[in-house]
Formats: sequence, C-alpha cells, structure tokens
Amino acid sequence: MALLKMKFTQQRRVRLAQGLWLLSWLAVMCGAFIFCLGVYLKTELLRRAEVMDNTEIHVVPNILMMVGLASIGTNWVASRVCQDSLDASRFPRWKVLLLAWFAVAALLCCLLIAVVVLSYALQGRLEESLKVGLRNGIRFYKDTDVPGRCFQKETIDHLQMEFRCCGNNNFKDWFEVQWVSNRYLDFTSKDVKDRIRSNVDGRFLLDGVPFSCCNPASPRPCLQYHLTDSRAHYNYEYQSEELNLYSRGCRQALIDYYMDLMNSTGPGVLSVILIQMSVLLSLRYLQTAVEGAMALENPEGESEGYLLEKDVKQTFEDCKAKVLDMLKLAQVDAAAAEVSPGAADAEKTVDNTTEKAASPTPAS
Amino acid sequence: MPFMPVKFTLQKRVKLAQGVWMLYWLSVIVGIVIFSLGIFFKIELRKRSEMMDNNESHLVPNLLMLVGVLACGINAFGGKVCHDSLDPNKFSKWKPMLKMFLLLCCGFNVLLLLVALLCFLMQFAVYLTLAEGLKNGIKFYKDTDTPGRCFMKRTLDMTQIEFRCCGNNNFRDWFEVQWISNRYLDMSNDVVKDRVLSNVEGKYLMDSVPFSCCNPGSPRPCIQHHLTNNSAHYDYDHRTEELNIWVRGCREALFSYYSSMMNSIGALVILTISVDMAGLKYLCTALETMTDPENPESESEGWLLEKGVKETLADVLSKVKMMGKTNQVEEGQYVQSVVTQVFTDM
Repeated sequence: MALLKMKFTQQRRVRLAQGLWLLSWLAVMCGAFIFCLGVYLKTELLRRAEVMDNTEIHVVPNILMMVGLASIGTNWVASRVCQDSLDASRFPRWKVLLLAWFAVAALLCCLLIAVVVLSYALQGRLEESLKVGLRNGIRFYKDTDVPGRCFQKETIDHLQMEFRCCGNNNFKDWFEVQWVSNRYLDFTSKDVKDRIRSNVDGRFLLDGVPFSCCNPASPRPCLQYHLTDSRAHYNYEYQSEELNLYSRGCRQALIDYYMDLMNSTGPGVLSVILIQMSVLLSLRYLQTAVEGAMALENPEGESEGYLLEKDVKQTFEDCKAKVLDMLKLAQVDAAAAEVSPGAADAEKTVDNTTEKAASPTPAS
Repeated sequence: MPFMPVKFTLQKRVKLAQGVWMLYWLSVIVGIVIFSLGIFFKIELRKRSEMMDNNESHLVPNLLMLVGVLACGINAFGGKVCHDSLDPNKFSKWKPMLKMFLLLCCGFNVLLLLVALLCFLMQFAVYLTLAEGLKNGIKFYKDTDTPGRCFMKRTLDMTQIEFRCCGNNNFRDWFEVQWISNRYLDMSNDVVKDRVLSNVEGKYLMDSVPFSCCNPGSPRPCIQHHLTNNSAHYDYDHRTEELNIWVRGCREALFSYYSSMMNSIGALVILTISVDMAGLKYLCTALETMTDPENPESESEGWLLEKGVKETLADVLSKVKMMGKTNQVEEGQYVQSVVTQVFTDM
C-alpha cells in the first residue's frame, strides 16, 4: 500500500519534468534571495556592532547565508536531474545521489524553520547585549582621547540622531554619568568645584544632555542644560515638556528596528520553505514514476508514482529493522571474532594433551 | 559613387541584422534607465523644495522622462524592423516607413543633445534658487507658529544634519538673524532688553547657532552659544577651533549634491546618442540592392548615402530652391513629386 499513489502517463511525466525544472530554477533564485537576505542582515548588525556587547544574534544571518548557498547548489542539482529524467540512458546515474539529495533538502527546510524560531527566541539576548553595549557607550562618551574609545562619542551621537533616541532607557541616563571630559572643565571655577564635591565619586554630573538628543521637530530652539530646573528657562515646564528632546530610549529604538527587520523577512522565508518542500515532493514523484516506467516492457506506458513504497508505519518498521540489522551485523562480527580465537585455544589444548599423551609413551 | 559602400553576403547581412537588433534593444534598456533617472531627479527636487522656496524648475526631469519614453518607443520600433528585415514578406511592409523613421531618429538625437546641454546649464539656475531659498529659510527658522512656515525649522535642522553644513555661506549667517522666537524670550529680563535695544531693527541677535550645526566628530561637547567669546568657555579659541561646528555652508553642500547628479545624468544622455542609425541604413540598402531578388543568398552592396556627401548636399539644396520657386508658380502635384524625389535620393 503505497503512500499517496498517482498514475502517470508519458505525457504527464513529461509535464512533471518540465514543471519541476522551472520550479527548481525558481528555487535557485529563492536560494540566492535567502543568501542576500542573510548578507543584508549581517551588514546591518555589523554596522551597530559597537553598541552590542556580544555577537550571539549573528547566528541568524550566518545560518541564512549558509542555507542560501546550499539551496542554490541543491536546487541546481535538482534541475539537472529533471533534464536527465526523460532520457532512460542518463537517469540511472542519478539514482545513488537521490537519497542523499532528499536528506539534504529536508535538512535545509528544517534549518529555515529553525531560523524563523531563533529570530524570535534571541530577542531577549539581543536586548541584553544592547543594554550592556549602550551603557558602556554612554560611560565612555567623554573618552575621546583614550585609544580604542575615541570614536564612542561620534558613534553615540550618530546613533541618537539617526534612530531619534536619547540614552539607554531614556534621557535621564545622561544625568548619571560624567559625559563632559575633565579636559574641558575649569577646575578653578567655584561652580565646577561644588558639583564635583557634592558627588561621592568626584564626578562632574549635570542635568544636561548632549546635542544629539535634541528633537528638530520642537517649536523652540533646543534646551540642553538645566533640564530639571523650570526656572532656568523662560516659559519652560520640565514635567510637561515633550517635544524638546527625543523621548524614546536607544535600546528600545534599536530593538524595534531589528525586530521589524526580522519580522518583515518572515513571510519571505516561509514561502521559500514552501517552494523547497514542493520541489522535494515533486522530485520524489518524478523519481518513482520514471523508475516505474523504466521497469515496464514499454517505457512509454503508464506507471505509478508514490511518495513512500509502503505505509508510513511499515516504512518506519522497515527502517528500524534495517538499522537493527546493521547493529546486529556489527555484534555478530564481534562475537565471531571472539569465537574464533577461543576455537584456536581449544585446538591448541587438544594438541597439547595429544602431545602430552604422546610424550610419556616412550618412557613407559 | 556611394558614400562608404560595403559589400554584403547573406552571412554578413544576417550578422548585421542580429547586431543592429541587439543594439536597439540595449538602447531600449538605456531609455528605461533615463526615464527612471528623470523620476529620481524629480523626487530629489521635491524633497528639498522647501530649501529652494518651492520655486525650482522641473524642466530637466520632465524632459528626461519624455526623452526616456520616446527612446523606448523609437528603439523598440527599430528592433522590430531589424527582426523582420531578413524575411522579404515582412520587410516589404516596413519599407515605405523607413525614410521617415531615419529622419525621426536624426531629430531624436538632436533632442538628446539638447537635453544633455540643458542638464549642464541648468545648474546655474539651481545655484541661484538655492541661495534665495536658504536665505529665506534662515529668516523664517523661528516662525514655527506661522501657518505655512511652521515646518521650516525642522526642515532646515534636518538638512543641516544630513548635509553636514551650517548656514547659507557659513555659520555666521546665523549671527545676522533672530532665530529664537519672541515667545521664548523673557522680555522683562535686562540682558534680553539690552540686546533688543542695541539693535536698530529691535531684533534679538546672538553669536550662537542652532544645535543642528554641531559636528558629532568634535572631541568636546558642542559649543553652540557665545561662539566669538573665548572667555565664555574653558580652553576655547574661536579662531583655531575647527571641529566644533560644521564649517561648510549649506548652499555649497546642496549645490555640489545636485550638480554631481546633473553631471552624471548629462554624461549618460550623451552616451546614448546612438550609432544605431548607421547600422540600420546599411541593412536597408543591402536588402534593396540584392542582385537577384529571388535568391536570398545573392550578394548586395550597402551604403550610407547614394552619392558622395558634397553631391547629396548640393542635390538637397537645389531641390529646396526649386521647391521655393515652384511654390510661386505651380503647386500640388509638382511639389509632391519633388519632395518624394528628395527623400528617395537619401
């Protein structure tokens, strides 16, 4: 009882081969698309690598690139098989390869599904990585003279302007770090000395933010300093002022950006999975139909195509039996090896006793 | 004596037809590229139309779109003619139109040259519009409560951030206008009153710039206010300070952006002035002069002009003069026959 049997006349076989050839070239394009998607995602992640603490999220674009390349090769092989399938002399050489091909194609589909799952599962790790990276970025903002950190200021400024965000969670993160370097502080000034002494760690903290937090859509020129002091600026109310600075935190802005990117690629990846599955199933039908036709006396007659030769259960039992056989064969070989040295020993002892029996006879 | 004659066997004719067919289809693709460049240029002009006072001329992008569409049509027709040229039945229905088509191609090439010239010359107009538009933009920066101008501040800020520039010529343009609205000035404050009174027009002027002039690449936090006062900031000398704010003016920045775009579009248009016409002319004459029309493998000769260049020019001039004279004496049939004679001589 074959699984999902279908009858194939010669014409249907030809149609199937042609259709599958087109479908496999479409699948090659899809493989190229997946590869490009992986490259694009990796580039976007690398651009902001300075504010990320670890690279765990890079596993998503890496898998996409690998699967894309493998899919191009696999589907190209499928198109070659299709081309040869209607020629009885050239088809048999693909027979050996086809089982491996099915395994590889199934593996690719599984990997693509894994990518979709991973892109959701790794969101938490990405958030953690951004939290630590941004915290360091804000802390080292002032160190424009320390080698290795001198571009942190420029990076954070560009990030805040491009993503329209301020600070890690919000703009108050800037109140907790000293973001003005000591090189630009006049230590003879009373105001500076007071601020430094009022702080346990001796840091110069302000209720001010860098210029990159300013929101251009605000109707008034940007207020950067003395933000919590409503009297420091005319017609300014700290609690109700909304448009002056960006209200969103950079961590949230970056997470939203990357999640949007990965979500928008979701439907594309799912359709590629569907196309790959249909290539796999159609190739199986083509293989069984053509092999059935080659076994007939009249190769142009009707043949049957199926997915599995027997039922799912029976196929599973068969596979299990084969695997056990292979294991048993290994055990039998080992047992045979044990038995033969034992037999040799037994023969040796028999010889010894015959010798011993033989030796005393001359004495007597 | 034909001008630049070439002998053609069947093989050569087939190769010529294939080559010219490919060239025509390449030109169709180039026509599509020119059309999309026209659209791109139009979008870029619209995006910054506020910086140009909504006064910019859309002549060049409109022409580019028109030329792109025309190029597609003409070259597709030429390709179809080439495709049919080796089948005598199909070719005979195109024969009468070919003279007009070659004339049309000539005219189209002149149009392409004109468009390329315009691309290079209109840059001056763009420069002048930018100068005027930016001056007004800086003047209306503070008017975020005036309908019709309330987005000028945001547009100008975004432009200065994106193009890394400050002011019209340089940052000092901001010292000459009041860019803080009166709504945010405490008129009861003495300092404010002094500043307003010290100015003839009662404007509140400062030596400060908006935050969008700040350069993120500066090692120190941005200094926006009291720019010319060295003692207002620790370790600051306004004469030697270079990285604090952008030093380039926005007019120069925007102009270099647009001029590079227009230069490359103009260069592409010049490149498309095609040599397809010569190939098609050879093909047509080769097909007409087959020694034995029934035998497709006969030899034939192709040329660009039936007589030499000088003779053809003299002929055309004399025909035109005759046309002028006969218009005074006789009309109708005689003129018609002269006109057809002129065309058949080409």
